[in-house]
Amino acid sequence: MDQKGLRDLEARCIQEEPPRCRAACPLGLDARALCAAVAAKNMTGAWAVLRRHMPLAGVLARICDHPCEEACLRGQAGDPVRIGALERAVAAAPEPRARPLPMPKRPGTIAVTGSGLSSLTAAWDLAGKGFSVTILTGSGGLGGRLAQFPETLLPKDVVTAEIELLKKRGAVFKPYDGPCVDAPASLLGEFDAVCLGGDDPSLPLSLTAPDSTEFPVTAALETPGLFACGLGADDAPYSPIRAAAEGRRAALSVDRFLQKVSLTAGRPPETQATRLYTNIDGAVPLPAVPMADPETGYSPDEAQEEAGRCLDCQCLECLKACPYLEAYKGYPKVYARRVYNNLSIVKGHHADNILINSCMLCGLCTAICPEDFPMADLCLSSRRDMTGKNVMPPSAHEFALLDMAFAQGEDCALARPAPGVPDGAVKRAFFPGCQLAGLSPDGVMAAYGALRDLFPGQTGILLSCCGAPARWAGREDLFAASMKTLRASWEGLGKPEIVAACPACMDMLEEGLPEARTVSLWEVFDQSGLAVPALQGTAVLAPLDPCTARNRPGVRDAVRSLLRKAGAELVEPPYSGELAKCCGFGGLMSEANPELAKTVAGRRAAESPEDYAAYCAMCRDRLASAGKRALHLLDLLFPDETQDPAAQPAATVTKRHDGRAALKRTILREVYGESLQEEARLQLVMSPETAARLDARRILEDDLRQLIAQAEAAKAYFLRPETGHKLAGRRIGNVTFWAEYEMTDAGCLVHNAYCHRMRIKTDAKEARQ
Amino acid sequence: MNETVIGFGQDDAAWICGGCGEKLAPGPATLEYMGSEFCVTLMRCPACGLTLISEELALGRMLRVERLLEDK
Ligand code: SF4
Ligand code: SF4
Ligand code: SF4
Ligand SMILES: [Zn+2]
Repeated sequence: MDQKGLRDLEARCIQEEPPRCRAACPLGLDARALCAAVAAKNMTGAWAVLRRHMPLAGVLARICDHPCEEACLRGQAGDPVRIGALERAVAAAPEPRARPLPMPKRPGTIAVTGSGLSSLTAAWDLAGKGFSVTILTGSGGLGGRLAQFPETLLPKDVVTAEIELLKKRGAVFKPYDGPCVDAPASLLGEFDAVCLGGDDPSLPLSLTAPDSTEFPVTAALETPGLFACGLGADDAPYSPIRAAAEGRRAALSVDRFLQKVSLTAGRPPETQATRLYTNIDGAVPLPAVPMADPETGYSPDEAQEEAGRCLDCQCLECLKACPYLEAYKGYPKVYARRVYNNLSIVKGHHADNILINSCMLCGLCTAICPEDFPMADLCLSSRRDMTGKNVMPPSAHEFALLDMAFAQGEDCALARPAPGVPDGAVKRAFFPGCQLAGLSPDGVMAAYGALRDLFPGQTGILLSCCGAPARWAGREDLFAASMKTLRASWEGLGKPEIVAACPACMDMLEEGLPEARTVSLWEVFDQSGLAVPALQGTAVLAPLDPCTARNRPGVRDAVRSLLRKAGAELVEPPYSGELAKCCGFGGLMSEANPELAKTVAGRRAAESPEDYAAYCAMCRDRLASAGKRALHLLDLLFPDETQDPAAQPAATVTKRHDGRAALKRTILREVYGESLQEEARLQLVMSPETAARLDARRILEDDLRQLIAQAEAAKAYFLRPETGHKLAGRRIGNVTFWAEYEMTDAGCLVHNAYCHRMRIKTDAKEARQ
Repeated sequence: MNETVIGFGQDDAAWICGGCGEKLAPGPATLEYMGSEFCVTLMRCPACGLTLISEELALGRMLRVERLLEDK
């Protein structure tokens, strides 16, 4: 990703767009921040918001005619927030002491005529920038049309106090005694720029706004150096916010004029349509908080209550759905930059590797986002970038990739026509996928049997892994290699249609083996009239769509149809169908960030009170690991009456690993009648706690067997005399495994196991091995 | 080479070498990960050199260093 790619991506997340109130304010006042401060009774903070955006805030906050309210989103759920009244309530609260320091002086002298709000604003801004500003006043008092406001609303001493502040900023007031201010040739001789203010009746202009397209943008008159503001007709209702905005516009032009830069190029628009999206589905309509005394306005308590009605307009739609996005204290726009920066660091700490590696790549955010922000694409392409540059943390995905290689290796992989089906006659090959094979070997056996019955003489089996772990780990090389092997097996079977149980496998096969027609096992079962046994016990089920079925309405429908045929009453959980959520396995999240994956599964578990009916083996397993009752569709189609399928505990990595290999042997024995030599294996005995610990540490029992056998043979172990426990370690691949064990008559009793990736370079025994 | 860290687990002294029957004693060892090497002192058998890495060390300090090096 280059800088431009980053900017394009950032622009797609509209979370930082202004809320509607702010977008509608000609001064861009952040009413959302104001409401937040007032709702927290933080008047100091509220004052700071006013001062940041408003000239003469004490004045303007009291009398602003609030165009923001018309735009306020709260108006779609009750009355708009009474932002104007809130500003007034803030202005009535004592202002904290701290005042901004004056800017360093800059060359440039400016005359501003009149002391109406537009002139005062222009002077305020220009003095704040360090220019020498002289305000030429008429014969009446200061303030021009401000005099029309009643004392109760705008006390005279407030105006005086703000004018004092303006003087402190360096502006000088002088009575104007020259000729008609509309013809200020003499002024332009004396000052570098002149700004004429039209909202001071004591210094009237006969000027009307010139009829040019530029003037509404620049406030510039024809004569260079001459600008005008506050030109509304005298009989039009006075809009203080427009007067202030015009003053600010003129000031910006004066600044540009003095700096000799274009008045228009790159000038930000004063108000703009905002692209911010805010979901108000859950907002309960609320009327405006009434004022006990409309004359004095909101009391602090009333203001607090009214400010509490602000919806705090933001998008964050994706964060509401994705615990991963919520976990890193930002949102996709921020994450895009963090990911970009992380990839750009050559030497130094890559703190956001974990951000890149934790995304489930499930696409839910994109489905939800009003702008289709592609977080999964961002994370996946970043992983590829990292593996390409060889900076991917090796521990993140190694276990999953080894597991994949095992599933694709000779212990587990198999491609065969069904017995009696001649080579080349296979029309349908069952592809259960490696996870289902590991988690539910019996279910796979039963499904293979059912397929052979449904399609006699044309069925075969294809046991392997679809390569999804490689894809998710950013290892396109391994993905391509997986597909190459798979293609060879598929061609060997005579290029049959592939009947896949798992939608993730379907995705991978469609992409990596596009010549093959891939169909869903569930659609095949549903359409071929498989006899579905009636459900025992619970009849209410929540269908659990995996994230990989998001774009597969046919599969989702077939699953529901099968569930109904079994007599289930279906209750749709939130986040199903196109908004299906990931269980925490997707994108290898549970490898790279097991803690977060636990949170994800826990949330998914809590979303429905009903038993889940999953059709992704990993969904079922992860939900079970979160303590949720969940069954797999195969349990329902091919029930084992002796057990409650929804209550089965989650499987350990060892169970999945061994299950896959056992499935191949079972199929060879039971379906193909081969007699296989079962190797005698060291019997491992351990408590459920120890088994769970091994699982969490991604330690396979097979690895422990290997290390214990070696240690026993070479007598290379430590001994704890008082307990008889032995402790031995062995390097297998990139990991050193340690087991604390005891040899007993019942087998090898494993007390503990742990591992590390660091290598001891100088271990004498290891060197000899 | 990095600074020396002592790599004992609290419990290390409870073990003896199963092959030699010797009590363990501290000795220098080099740990390596992702191209970085660390000189450490670990408990090992004075006779055959078999070196012990405790769970405490593996899941504590070692893991932290592994993570740091992986994200470097
Ligand atoms: S849904 Fe998320 S990514 Fe999309 S605009 Fe909103 S905050 Fe940004
Ligand atoms: S609800 Fe609050 S943030 Fe939204 S537009 Fe209204 S004032 Fe602004
Ligand atoms: S886990 Fe899914 S929803 Fe969350 S950011 Fe990644 S792709 Fe989007
Ligand atoms: Zn020894």
